[in-house]
Amino acid sequence: MRILIIEDDRDTATYIKKGVEEAGHVADHATQGRDGLLLATTEQYDVLIIDRMLPEMDGLAIVKTIRASENSTPVLILSALGEVDDRVQGLRAGADDYLAKPFAFSELMARLEALIRRKDVDAPVTRLQVDDLQLDLLSREVTRAGQVLDLQPREFRLLEYLMRHNGQVVTRTMLLEKVWDYHFDPQTNIIDVHISRLRGKIDKGFDRPLLHTVRGSGYVLRA
Amino acid sequence: MEGLRRLPASSTFRLALVYMALFMVSVLVLLVFIYWSTAASIERQTDETIEAEIRGLAERYDSDGLPGLSAQIADRLRRHQPGDSSIYLFADQRFVPLVGNLSGWPVQKTDSEGWLDFRLGDDMSGQVHMARARVFRVRGNYHLLVGRNMSELAKTRETMVNTLVWGSLIMFGFALLGSVMMNRSVTRRIDTINRASSEIMAGNLSKRIPSRSSGDEFDQLSENLNHMLDQIELLMDGVRRVSDNIAHDLRTPLSRLRQRLETARAGNGNQQQRLELIDQALLEADGLLKTFNALLRIARIESDSLQAIFSDVDLGGLLRDVVELYEPVAEQKSQVIEISGDESVLIDGDRDMLFQALANLLDNAIKYSPESSIIQVHLGEIELSLCDQGPGIARSEHEKVFQRFYRTDASRSTAGSGLGLSLVKAVAVFHKIDIELSDNEPGLCVILRFGGKNLSRRDTGSG
Repeated sequence: MRILIIEDDRDTATYIKKGVEEAGHVADHATQGRDGLLLATTEQYDVLIIDRMLPEMDGLAIVKTIRASENSTPVLILSALGEVDDRVQGLRAGADDYLAKPFAFSELMARLEALIRRKDVDAPVTRLQVDDLQLDLLSREVTRAGQVLDLQPREFRLLEYLMRHNGQVVTRTMLLEKVWDYHFDPQTNIIDVHISRLRGKIDKGFDRPLLHTVRGSGYVLRA
Repeated sequence: MEGLRRLPASSTFRLALVYMALFMVSVLVLLVFIYWSTAASIERQTDETIEAEIRGLAERYDSDGLPGLSAQIADRLRRHQPGDSSIYLFADQRFVPLVGNLSGWPVQKTDSEGWLDFRLGDDMSGQVHMARARVFRVRGNYHLLVGRNMSELAKTRETMVNTLVWGSLIMFGFALLGSVMMNRSVTRRIDTINRASSEIMAGNLSKRIPSRSSGDEFDQLSENLNHMLDQIELLMDGVRRVSDNIAHDLRTPLSRLRQRLETARAGNGNQQQRLELIDQALLEADGLLKTFNALLRIARIESDSLQAIFSDVDLGGLLRDVVELYEPVAEQKSQVIEISGDESVLIDGDRDMLFQALANLLDNAIKYSPESSIIQVHLGEIELSLCDQGPGIARSEHEKVFQRFYRTDASRSTAGSGLGLSLVKAVAVFHKIDIELSDNEPGLCVILRFGGKNLSRRDTGSG
């Protein structure tokens, strides 16, 4: 994908640029808000990464301007301000995701990919399928290799999210935000426990494990 | 004398002066008004008397002619007392005086009403006075003049003006004195406070401002300042204690982090082992970041610098979500979480903050309770309680556990940052929720009381 990074801190920008290029993507970098805005409006990008605190321009102002010109390119805001109210402000301005600094690169990458995929992910479907695992959104039934699996409501939602993002790395924070709709820091790894419970239901007893742990990042559902 | 020099700068002095000035101005206005109306009244009365007299004389002339008039005037003059100010003059067509006590007809012209003001010389004293007279033209084109020497009125006027001036001077003197006195008493009180404050600022934090127990505004000020100082002392003690804790609690993970990186760098062992060490180092770093974030979060909530989003929060739904989230963790320890009470209780608050607080409480309960124990959560109309069957917290530590990084001896070895309860406390205070710890015999009960108190939050416009 083509990524635009509007970030005045050169270290952070280089860090991101190198990382995404190694992952096989193309990245442009603007250090000034004005240059970034110009590039964003004249060039085609798959996703924009905008720092909230730019020297002469507020990152949120850039987002608002972009959105005002009917540009719906996904925007991820990067900010040293990480409180919930800062998130909400960022999302209200038109951003699609919000990541607090310092961040783990894997977290950033996972979120970028989720943003790109969003168009497909939010498409209305009634059934999701990964390998021989099937999830029916209408009947709320989950089967694997024809066998009906008994899942609790939250496990169902967890699996649904993983299947919609199948093949993508999903971080713990993303799961907390999207599946549980709460922004908080758990003191213990409760997500891990939920995942292992789910794994016990969908992978145990079947020949191929679908739910994998990605060290240092999160989880991925794939064949 | 130092006090006098500072006087002009004192605001109480200036205020007192302003009030005194206003008072003086109003009194002056009153006096001037009295003066003018009095003087005007005297003048009017004099004119009326003159008018009546001249009419009387004119009638006498009409009925009895010149002899009658002369007799009348002579009679009046005979009855003249020294100091009497009446003036009579009857003159012929050419203004030659015939009868009266005026030496000659005045040169001044009469005004349109027939009045004239002229100068009068006093033979005896040699002074010049003003006189006012009414003039009639009578039968035969003779001229009749009746008037009054206005010197008396002039004297009265002079007396009044003198009174005014002296009165004003006396008033000004009193005003000045009053301002100085008022200023003195106020300054003395303020000086006491200032002196005590300087001492405190110089470093003697345990000193307090003396008060006179008179209950007046200055004493109230002193009392409030003393309360503030008590608070500050408490906070400073707290800060000192916390910095000690922080130093210890953050140094350990930092040292571990460094150690891992150092070992990885040393190059002993294979690639896999090195990566393993780096991963561990990353974990420590993440742990540290989490702790710092939690600290910042608590600080921001406590200092109210958060723009919290307040809305109706259903504690029942929130509670069920928290329990659902932690249920698998409890299951791992064969613990059972029982929810009881109301299904839905609405309070005004920030959803994520409240979720975090409840999550921390439940997390603690699960963490510190033994295997196969029961955790009871009860939601009432005005309170929420979370009780476990763990080791509980001693009464003596009930206050301390909410401090940052505080770990009871029993919990010191358990994983955790020591900030969980600090955050719960910060959130509770922010929402005006009371938090109480009690003995579950055995175990700990955490009771959150909300009631109607947190509704006031919305009125402050912070939503």
